[in-house]
Amino acid sequence: MNYVALRMLMGDRAKYLGLIFAIAFSTFLLENQSSIFVGIMNRTGSQIADVADADVWVMDPGTEYFEETKALKDTDLYRVRGVPGIDYAVPLFKTNAVFRTAAGNFSSAVTLGLDDSTLVGVPRKMLLGSWERLREPGAIVIDRAGYDRLYTGEPLRLDRLLEVNDRQVHIVGISDAAAPFASFPIIHTRYSEARLFVGPQRSQLSFVLVRPAAGVTPDEMVRRIEAQTGLRARTSGQFRWDCVWYYMGHTGIPINFGITIAIALIVGLVVAGQTFYLFTVENLKQFGALKAIGVTNRRLIGMILLQALTVGFIGYALGTSIAAVFFEITASEIATRGIVLLWQNVVGVGVLMFSVVIFASLLSIRRVLVLEPAAVFRG
Amino acid sequence: MSTPSSATTPAAAVLCRGIEKDFGDGEARVRVLRGVDFAARAGEITFLMGPSGCGKTTLISVIAGLLDPSAGAVELFGQDVNLLPPSERVLFRRRNLGFVFQQYNLLTSLTAAENAAVPLLAAGMKRPEAVDRAKALLVKLGLGNRLDSLPSKLSGGQQQRVALARALVHEPRLVICDEPTAALDHATGESVMELLAGSAIHPERAVVVVTHDSRVLRFAHAVAHMDDGLITDSARQTLST
Repeated sequence: MNYVALRMLMGDRAKYLGLIFAIAFSTFLLENQSSIFVGIMNRTGSQIADVADADVWVMDPGTEYFEETKALKDTDLYRVRGVPGIDYAVPLFKTNAVFRTAAGNFSSAVTLGLDDSTLVGVPRKMLLGSWERLREPGAIVIDRAGYDRLYTGEPLRLDRLLEVNDRQVHIVGISDAAAPFASFPIIHTRYSEARLFVGPQRSQLSFVLVRPAAGVTPDEMVRRIEAQTGLRARTSGQFRWDCVWYYMGHTGIPINFGITIAIALIVGLVVAGQTFYLFTVENLKQFGALKAIGVTNRRLIGMILLQALTVGFIGYALGTSIAAVFFEITASEIATRGIVLLWQNVVGVGVLMFSVVIFASLLSIRRVLVLEPAAVFRG
Repeated sequence: MSTPSSATTPAAAVLCRGIEKDFGDGEARVRVLRGVDFAARAGEITFLMGPSGCGKTTLISVIAGLLDPSAGAVELFGQDVNLLPPSERVLFRRRNLGFVFQQYNLLTSLTAAENAAVPLLAAGMKRPEAVDRAKALLVKLGLGNRLDSLPSKLSGGQQQRVALARALVHEPRLVICDEPTAALDHATGESVMELLAGSAIHPERAVVVVTHDSRVLRFAHAVAHMDDGLITDSARQTLST
């Protein structure tokens, strides 16, 4: 009877294709929007993730997320270094500076000043050049997207000059830094250089980056630093989540994406559900005939579930394929780099769409179960 | 018309005694069957005739086990159908009953052969074997050239022949036909009845035909007339050849 169920389903081509389209569209929209949302939220802490050689971030208690910092006192670095169990603790200066090319192009850039002696926090993935050259006077490493923004359409080339705060700097490396939340260039330089890129300020220490000694966990390190210094300390993971929650709570991003995701869900639920329900209702006479002939309710339920799961699976596979193609195309674009189709979203949407088709089929099953087989004699 | 049939004939394949059927409750209750006694013998075609609304369809629904009677008993081949639990009643129906509906009720997406094979598929037979058996029967019924046609490509008479094949393919002991000629012109109706008489009659099979088409009366071995929820007249007749 599975064959009969599938022939019944595919025989009504308009509804069959309509069901597949509704589920595919809904799947694509859900996977697309949820993945973009996660990608954007991921970007809020991407510079934290890029720092591979520190596990704990120490900051002023007033600093809530990466983009906006309240400066620490220079002496706070030494206070942190005095906490037992630290392997090393180094300063990080984070600011925004405006860089200008010889041709007059300019852009504000996320500028990260790294510890002069250790260069902890330097981007390890370089597309061109070497981060070791940051030790040269006036040296910066710029990310690929930033380079493209300042030198649009030009090939990657080292030792090009930029002007910042009336100073000349030169590019010694082009990094593959993760995309920031705002699409500004990411520039790495030494701490002492970065301080010169902006006007004089009383204190410029944004963060202290800490690597705990062997045997001390990052969580334990966080507790010790907070207990001893009164400063705010977070593990890298915690700090990334802080950034995500800050943007979730202080921007309209989750609401906007939430609305789109809700619409996609409603389209899936209502259109697919209603179409499938109508499909069953229009076939009630046929189901009635099958009941009269002696097909059990259990078998009819199986037939309807098979029909629902078939359109659900085809629609889901089609929608996921379109989403995969979409992200494959956008992954190679500079502006959308790092925004990928996450397997968790694919699985989550799969579960959701599975629930949608099951819900739709339950409505239909109810109609068939209460159908009196004697109705087939009524013409 | 000749010998009147008795509702208590021991050889009856279908035996209804005192069947009552009510619909609705309280003041809205309507009694559609009011103590019907009816019998149909194996090896014969029994016609159930009467005006619209007299209760014919309700009676065959009760006989088929599709409706429970409010009172009375239905025996099919000695088995009181209403005593069977619902799941066994479905299986009993699947094994022992074949149906021909007024509107054919063929599955629109299946070919003629596949439609005719549905009772075998429902019984769990593998599709190729079921379809082959259905095809053989359709060939006998004169549809050898339309085996793979969809119902929408068949004429009314052809669709009813497919429905007839569906009713007979699993060799049931009782075939119930509800107005099999009502949607057909006279000549086509005659031809369908000829096929029914030629293919359905079997020593161990009873055929009950509900109709108000008196032009096909000559195909009946016995005729029961119904009116207002009661069998008003039963008679046997000798078939003309």
